[in-house]
Amino acid sequence: MKGIIKKIDQINFGLMSPEQIREMSVVKIERPDTYDEDGYPIESGLMDSRLGVIDPSLKCRTCGEKGGECQGHFGMIELARPVIHVGFGDDIHKILRSTCSECGRVLLDEDEIEEYTEKMQELHEMGESVEELVKEVYKKCKDRKTSGKILCPHCGAEQEDIKIVKPIDIIEVRKRYDEEGNIIMDENGEPETDDYDLTASEVREKLQRIPDGDAYVLGVNPEVARPEWMVLTVLPVPPVTVRPSITLDTGERSEDDLTHKLVDILRINQRLIENMDAGAPQLIVEDLWKLLQYHVTTYFDNEASGVPPARHRSGRPLKTLAQRLKGKEGRFRSNLSGKRVNFSARTVISPDPNISINEVGVPEMIAKEVTVPTYVNEWNIDDLKVAVLNGPDVHPGANYVKKLINNKEMKVRVLDTNKEVVAENLEYGDIVMRHLKDGDIVLFNRQPSLHRMSMMAHEVRVLPYKTFRLNLCVCPPYNADFDGDEMNMHVFQTDESRAEAKSLMRVQEHILSPRFGGPIIGAIHDHISGAYLLTRDGFTVPEDDAFQMIRKSHLLNNPYVDKKHLKRKNRDWTGKELFSLLLPDDLNMQYTAEICRKCDVCLHEECENDAYVVIKDGQLIYGSIDEAAYGSFSGKILDTIVKEYGPSRAKEFLDRSTDLAICGIMKTGITTSTNDEEIPEEAIERIGEHLDNAEANVDKLIDIYEDGLLDPLPGRSVEETLEMRIVQILGEARDKAGEIAEGYLIMGKESDDSYDHAMAVENHSVVMARTGARASMLNLAQITACVGQQSVRGGRITRGYLNRPLPHFRKHELGARAKGFVHSSYKKGLDPVEFFFHAMGGREGLVDTAIRTAQSGYMQRRLVNALEDLNVRPDGLVADNKNQVIQRVFGEEGIDPAKSDFGKVANLDKLISEMRVKGE
Amino acid sequence: MAFNILNHSAVPKHEILSDEEIEEIFADVDFDLNQLPKIKVNDPVSKAIGAKEGQVLKITRKSETAGIFVTFRLVSGENNQK
Repeated sequence: MKGIIKKIDQINFGLMSPEQIREMSVVKIERPDTYDEDGYPIESGLMDSRLGVIDPSLKCRTCGEKGGECQGHFGMIELARPVIHVGFGDDIHKILRSTCSECGRVLLDEDEIEEYTEKMQELHEMGESVEELVKEVYKKCKDRKTSGKILCPHCGAEQEDIKIVKPIDIIEVRKRYDEEGNIIMDENGEPETDDYDLTASEVREKLQRIPDGDAYVLGVNPEVARPEWMVLTVLPVPPVTVRPSITLDTGERSEDDLTHKLVDILRINQRLIENMDAGAPQLIVEDLWKLLQYHVTTYFDNEASGVPPARHRSGRPLKTLAQRLKGKEGRFRSNLSGKRVNFSARTVISPDPNISINEVGVPEMIAKEVTVPTYVNEWNIDDLKVAVLNGPDVHPGANYVKKLINNKEMKVRVLDTNKEVVAENLEYGDIVMRHLKDGDIVLFNRQPSLHRMSMMAHEVRVLPYKTFRLNLCVCPPYNADFDGDEMNMHVFQTDESRAEAKSLMRVQEHILSPRFGGPIIGAIHDHISGAYLLTRDGFTVPEDDAFQMIRKSHLLNNPYVDKKHLKRKNRDWTGKELFSLLLPDDLNMQYTAEICRKCDVCLHEECENDAYVVIKDGQLIYGSIDEAAYGSFSGKILDTIVKEYGPSRAKEFLDRSTDLAICGIMKTGITTSTNDEEIPEEAIERIGEHLDNAEANVDKLIDIYEDGLLDPLPGRSVEETLEMRIVQILGEARDKAGEIAEGYLIMGKESDDSYDHAMAVENHSVVMARTGARASMLNLAQITACVGQQSVRGGRITRGYLNRPLPHFRKHELGARAKGFVHSSYKKGLDPVEFFFHAMGGREGLVDTAIRTAQSGYMQRRLVNALEDLNVRPDGLVADNKNQVIQRVFGEEGIDPAKSDFGKVANLDKLISEMRVKGE
Repeated sequence: MAFNILNHSAVPKHEILSDEEIEEIFADVDFDLNQLPKIKVNDPVSKAIGAKEGQVLKITRKSETAGIFVTFRLVSGENNQK
């Protein structure tokens, strides 16, 4: 068998006939034993060495190959009595219900048979499914059979209905006859019946009577299957390679579940034979037969409904054939669709803002383990010799060398003992499995891989320590953080894959997300606050410091930075001037920053908050840089740079801006504490007053309701109206409280003179919230002013005790506090009742996220399975794998969302404002 | 009184293409008519406009992305799934 390569021409699905099973079998298994005392396989036992061997020191008695080479051979068990195959219980039932109880013909007349045969042959030739048609036949026959009035159109016999008790008990519903052969009727005019359990032999006989032509109409193609083959008379025994026994450390042998099951089958089979030979009473034989049926059933499927699962001695249910294939851990999903691979690595990730977004830091330990196969040639032989001489334990080394000797590939392991010899013998055409080194392209991935940005190609940077390092800008596409996340790395093994990955999968090619047509890779957290602190109005650095920052940000000798910008100014530099170095010289744009307060009248360039950004000829003139400039998901400057100047320029912009933002943040420093959420006593009083007011309003509303004077809103009941009004009032109260607090929470004061309350000159919590770096003003309001209404199931908290959430309140109480309104702020602290309500709302949040991930995961799986075969052709045609057109133009408008402007073909307003800036 | 489904707001405009129109529209596409999406002869709309098996329907409908989108469907028989 070995070495024969065959091309698969076609695959036929059918049933195995007993003859086929006997033919392919190399040994008839008769003894329910495995090994003898000496550990040798017992002849015609379940481990017979003719079934193949696993131990490499043994030889297979059938093919003569060693263990490992021999792929195994089937044996067989001759069953003393036939048994029904679990997988076909339903089909047997359907077939029997569609055929005559006496002669076995289909319950169709000759004309109908001919008609259906023709139709089916036609579908067969067209290569289409006959399922629908077969269903129709079954339906027609079943109706005839169960009506009880129609006789067999072929032999004229009276018909008996057939029932099935899942999964394998076939029952004939026999009508009762009196002495003259007339059907006995009950009071209702229905015939009286008796249930009769058909034995497997009887079922088989019935199936055997069906002629080939009739079987064809029932969907059983006689070329590949016969109905009676669904009842087993001989059982194939899989080779030992399928059910290897494991030797435990203690020297004990432990058999595979399948072997256990086969032992059971053999034991009962032997007992059945003995009893039958001895002429045992029918009852005993039938009991044993049923037991045999049970064992064969569980051998195939140990989770069949209605059959108690067979258990291991320890009480664990056995994993039999069906269980091996089924489900997530089954052969298909676990071993065929998904496999474990070589040349991969996994470890914890940690951040490194000093490497490019295109790079990944790989621990040296990993770099020495996963290798790149490199062909030796004129230009790299010297380097590779050095690598081989370094051996497997010194970093840029090599682990293996593959040589072609006499047309046979030889793999030599590079060891400290032989590295000199191997290096000496290195010649062109050899393949060196060299260590991973700087600049190699690898695939980097974080599960769950929900979109294409979950797997991107990075350039290797071999670094000390044991974690993968990545630039912070690539956290959003991977959805990674550093609280213990692990990621996987795969090393490409061919030049084609490397080239393909480099052009299609590199990080810089994925800055724009096809999900919304904007940048998904971009600044986060300190990167944003850093840039803000650097570029806001009034920030200046002495020229020397400015040059130092330029140097640190690799803007010196940078191909994208014109030298003319780096000349001495003989004055302090502004942060805006520094940031302008990152921008392309012909960039013109105008937008409102994240810190914009949405004033009623926009002052544009004169904006008090410096929120009106104007970039003219690559110079940041007005406005400060924040999330709206280059944050992930929303960065406008970044978006423009990728779309206008390409991914390489954008990558450089991100890398350099990371450096510059770090410089900026180091100049000012950033720190936060609960002092940032401090507001003056007077503000706290005002908030308290306001909340009390709101509560009073709620009580007033309740009084109106209780007096029956509340007018319901259209389409609502009075109760619903009241609830809505209360929720509204409390919501407004919280917002107002937040507003009051926000009045005191400002990013910073111009000078110490305006220091008029318990606030620092600079409030970094607010800086972070306003610039979009982290947290929101709502979070700050909850900390300082009021936490607000807690909710469960989208409304105020109502459940808990009888007619009240907690026993601290009266029954049916409707007030604000009684239904989970939290007056306190996080900083002040919650009282016990508030705390409990807060925990209720918090719990629901946690449960919801847990459930949502599970549900959306399953939804994603179904979607992917449905869409994976679709492809978009160059002309925009979307077709499936059968070449059926799904959509004539992709997305109906033919736009690649990744190249679109946030989903639209073009943003005219943006283009106009760009031109206006340029023209000024 | 029979309700005319063609007037319903959710039913896009369906038109039966003539042979000449088919030739014109599908002159330079690299798929054949059998690869088009199908619509059953006994689909309510097919019945309403009296389409026959083998004809091609031109469907003009509103599209969230493209405004108006024109697509085509091949009228297929009862037994043809898909």
